[in-house]
Amino acid sequence: MSLSAVVWLVLGAAYFVIPLVATFLFSLKSNQTGKCCTAANYGWVIHNGGFWHSVKISFLLALETIVISLLIFVPTIYWVHLKLPRLRPVIAFLALIPFVVPPIVMVVGLLQVFKSSPHWFYAQPWGFLSAAYVILAFPYMFFSLDAGFRAIDVHTLTEASQSLGARWTTTLVKVILPNIRSAALAASFLTLAIVMGEFTIANLSAFHTFPIFIQLVNETQGFPAAALTLLSFGITWAAMLALLVVGRKRGARSAVVAGAR
Amino acid sequence: MAYLELQELHRDFGTVKALNGIDIALGEGEFLSLLGPSGCGKTTALRLVAGFDRPDQGRIVVDGKDVTRVSPNRRDMGMVFQAYSLFPNMTARQNVEFGLKIRGRDKAERRKRVDDLLELVGLTHAADRYPHQLSGGMQQRVALARALAIEPRVLLLDEPLSALDAKVRVQLREEIRRIQLELGITTLYVTHDQEEALAISDHVAVMYGGVIEQMGTPAEMYTAPATPFVAEFIGTMNRLEAIVLDGVEGDVEHSGLRLRVDAARGRRNGERVLVLIRPESLELEAATNGAAPNSFTGEVLTQTFLGPVTRLKVSGSGTNLIADLSTARAAALPVGARVVAKIPSEGAKLISLPDDGPGLPVLDPDDQ
Ligand SMILES: Nc1ncnc2c1ncn2[C@@H]1O[C@H](COP(=O)(O)OP(=O)(O)OP(=O)(O)O)[C@@H](O)[C@H]1O
Ligand SMILES: [Mg+2]
Repeated sequence: MSLSAVVWLVLGAAYFVIPLVATFLFSLKSNQTGKCCTAANYGWVIHNGGFWHSVKISFLLALETIVISLLIFVPTIYWVHLKLPRLRPVIAFLALIPFVVPPIVMVVGLLQVFKSSPHWFYAQPWGFLSAAYVILAFPYMFFSLDAGFRAIDVHTLTEASQSLGARWTTTLVKVILPNIRSAALAASFLTLAIVMGEFTIANLSAFHTFPIFIQLVNETQGFPAAALTLLSFGITWAAMLALLVVGRKRGARSAVVAGAR
Repeated sequence: MAYLELQELHRDFGTVKALNGIDIALGEGEFLSLLGPSGCGKTTALRLVAGFDRPDQGRIVVDGKDVTRVSPNRRDMGMVFQAYSLFPNMTARQNVEFGLKIRGRDKAERRKRVDDLLELVGLTHAADRYPHQLSGGMQQRVALARALAIEPRVLLLDEPLSALDAKVRVQLREEIRRIQLELGITTLYVTHDQEEALAISDHVAVMYGGVIEQMGTPAEMYTAPATPFVAEFIGTMNRLEAIVLDGVEGDVEHSGLRLRVDAARGRRNGERVLVLIRPESLELEAATNGAAPNSFTGEVLTQTFLGPVTRLKVSGSGTNLIADLSTARAAALPVGARVVAKIPSEGAKLISLPDDGPGLPVLDPDDQ
């Protein structure tokens, strides 16, 4: 490796590591005295009921969003690739809209639209919020899955499966899905990260998700907030790891195969 | 009685008539090749039989039952594609097993059948490999075993060898034929390679522009092409446009030369015909003085070594001819030599040409 490469690498690493280290040092100071060094802030977070409650809400919301999105988008994109390739650019364009429309505009619009929807939907994070997050996740889902479908020969695989006697659903589950697994996994990661960190929509629709809790602590407790930030960082990574493990378990070999191609 | 019948099949894609009235009747256990240049509708025909596409007109009948509207997963057709059709997430064994699982066969039966099939295609040792760990030829063997596993009523193959290199291609085509004969399975085989079609088929159907030009045994197709297109497409053929001068004696005229061709007897005087001569039946000799009867005089333009024979291109009297000579004899006729090419009056075939119809179809040299 050349010297300049090393320098750039160190600079890049510093850019990521310094804030983490600084936050870490800050989180070790006592909330009462402001002196180093104590793990009390971490204890405070871990023993805080609001923390666990909000993490649980956000994580379940993320899972729900992932499941709903995959159920909607996998069959849709499959069908578009197979039968309606001319619709693909249209959907790609639609997928850009959640990028272009600011979340604040989106949430106001959604609140208006769903104002008269039933209480179980409108007043629950599992209803309204997950619906909003499915929209938010749409571009990530679409572009990941689209790339996955383009990497396989959808037509030939489908026809081969059909000629062997498989119905559409069997073909989708047994043949297509295992071969777009890594794309689906990537889409799920992105969705998880979005949902775990989404603030605007949750705040305006008044649901107590994890980012809302972080914000609350930030405003009231300086040093524990730093501990919380680091913990949330760790939690998000742990969640992704969990997803990876779950996603790879059944198709471990196929994931390896896909990786080897 | 015919086991597989394609009756008056039509299929249009917008303005393109991909199929324009296809009729095929194939007996049980027979092997038919659909042969033709790119875009002639071979794949379209096969896809209609497999059920991936529906005809605009016409019927497909298998064993007396009309299956035209039956969906592909209920047709029991084994299909082998050109390439990349194996399920990448499954091993060779799992690929072959797939159709049996769909049919709900029990485990012991599946295992036995898969083992038998992998042995049949010579891949027992590679049963647990994934497709990306198999060569192209091996992948096609697995695809064949997978298609055969369901004991299909008809086996369909769409240029299964075209992505393989020449040696594997020849080896595998013979194996396909061996297996087909062994199982006695009715087979429809699509190819644009005439040599392949002639080598392994019971019947060959030459297609052009969405219609079947001629159907027959490989020998019939080779020795008695019925249309100018078939003559051009199957093997190499010298084609001389001529006009019948004397329908009793069998004399025709081609660019000022009077030739006697047995096949011209009984033709109408003044009729436009095409005289067809295989390169191997032309006789070539070094030119001597004085014109020999039924002969062209010309000059050797090129020599192409083809192994047992050498192909000579001869030009003279406004005509180009191709002649295949044993390599030993060709050595005596180097490039530039003056030669006499004798047209054998009994070996030449004749095809009528429309009086003022279009010229001959133009072929892509790649399809030869
Ligand atoms: N789905 C389709 N949409 C539009 N046109 C099509 C479609 N399928 C085939 N065609 C057209 O129909 C004609 C016949 O195509 P087909 O694929 O049957 O040819 P082929 O004989 O299999 O050629 P090749 O040797 O190149 O595979 C072609 O002109 C092709 O462009
Ligand atoms: Mg084709």
